[in-house]
Amino acid sequence: MDFPISGTHIAPLYLVVIGFVVGVLGGFFGVGGSFLVGPALFGVGVPMNFVVGTDLAHIVGKSIVAARKHRTLGNIDMKLGLIMVAGTIAGVETGAQLIQALKRTARLDWAVGLTFIVILVVISSFMTWESLATLRARPSRHRSPRTPPGGQRARQDRTAVAGISRTIHRLNLPPFVSLPVSGVERVSLWAILAVAYLGGVLSGFSGGGAGYVRLPCLIYLLGIPTHIAVGTDLFEIIISAGYGTLSHALKGNVDILIALVMHTGAAVGAQMGATLTQFFGGQRIRMAFIPLPLIGVAIMIHGLLTGHGSK
Amino acid sequence: MNKAVANSVRWFLVELVIYGALMAGYFFLVLSFLGSWLDRLFVNDRRDYAWIALALIIVQGVFLEALTRRLLSFIRPRMEE
Repeated sequence: MDFPISGTHIAPLYLVVIGFVVGVLGGFFGVGGSFLVGPALFGVGVPMNFVVGTDLAHIVGKSIVAARKHRTLGNIDMKLGLIMVAGTIAGVETGAQLIQALKRTARLDWAVGLTFIVILVVISSFMTWESLATLRARPSRHRSPRTPPGGQRARQDRTAVAGISRTIHRLNLPPFVSLPVSGVERVSLWAILAVAYLGGVLSGFSGGGAGYVRLPCLIYLLGIPTHIAVGTDLFEIIISAGYGTLSHALKGNVDILIALVMHTGAAVGAQMGATLTQFFGGQRIRMAFIPLPLIGVAIMIHGLLTGHGSK
Repeated sequence: MNKAVANSVRWFLVELVIYGALMAGYFFLVLSFLGSWLDRLFVNDRRDYAWIALALIIVQGVFLEALTRRLLSFIRPRMEE
């Protein structure tokens, strides 16, 4: 099938399958799946600026499907999501401007590619260490200070780095907000906005919803239970990726036809992934997340070395 | 729980077949016609293209969410019989 906007020719089935896979991952982990979509589109010759914008567009549609499902499961903290939108939008615009600046330097592919690789390796390494430390720790020492809404055993979260979020909660930087749905009594508004801004910059710069950064930040820095972090991240991504789509489309970085075809697969996958979260505890979800960024790294290195997408 | 997981997988497989047929029709009837029009819009009026692109993906998101949900509710009661 020809996609005249980006000047590429891609089999629609390939896009549907990629969409389906990242749909399952998105529904299950609350991530946009850019660590797979980016390399997958780049690998079949889609120019990098189109990869970034098109990925954001497909994420909007997919997140609508997954977030609705998570809402029925009680996994969305609307207050936290709405606060994060402000920081994310500012960050997305910063990231999109960085892409515009790099477009003129002819080093866009390598800049975005190497940024991807470094971030993904750091996140995967940290989560591996954290999961191993949590497994070794005695359950009573690191149990979350509260039982998340619903009270199901599967939702009781333990993390080996709970001290980080407790330190951030004690940060004396007004104004403060409480997040009853997430079980956070008091946290500085600036801490939430900073996490959202960081995710937004990476979202605008490297494409996708940057859930691969925001999800760990929500869990480890803000102390949000994993299931609620997944659902809230998806809710927030609808708005921030929507803004990113608009911003990138105005700059000529979106091939909406590719996004629409990918989304037909993602819609089914997102329903499936969101449903599967009912069967797993937070620690297992985090452990299952670990290899995913490394797959993205391998595909990205292959793309950079073979020169696809550098037209 | 294993039985529940097995049932879920069966529901999704049946859904997938019906959904796949609907999507094949969608590709040929809608996307093939949209392609050239969107390409012209992309070249001639980037602002309109941006808003229409966003509207298209939101409408498709809402529509496919409703479609997959209805497919599931239509299939599940029959498979549980």
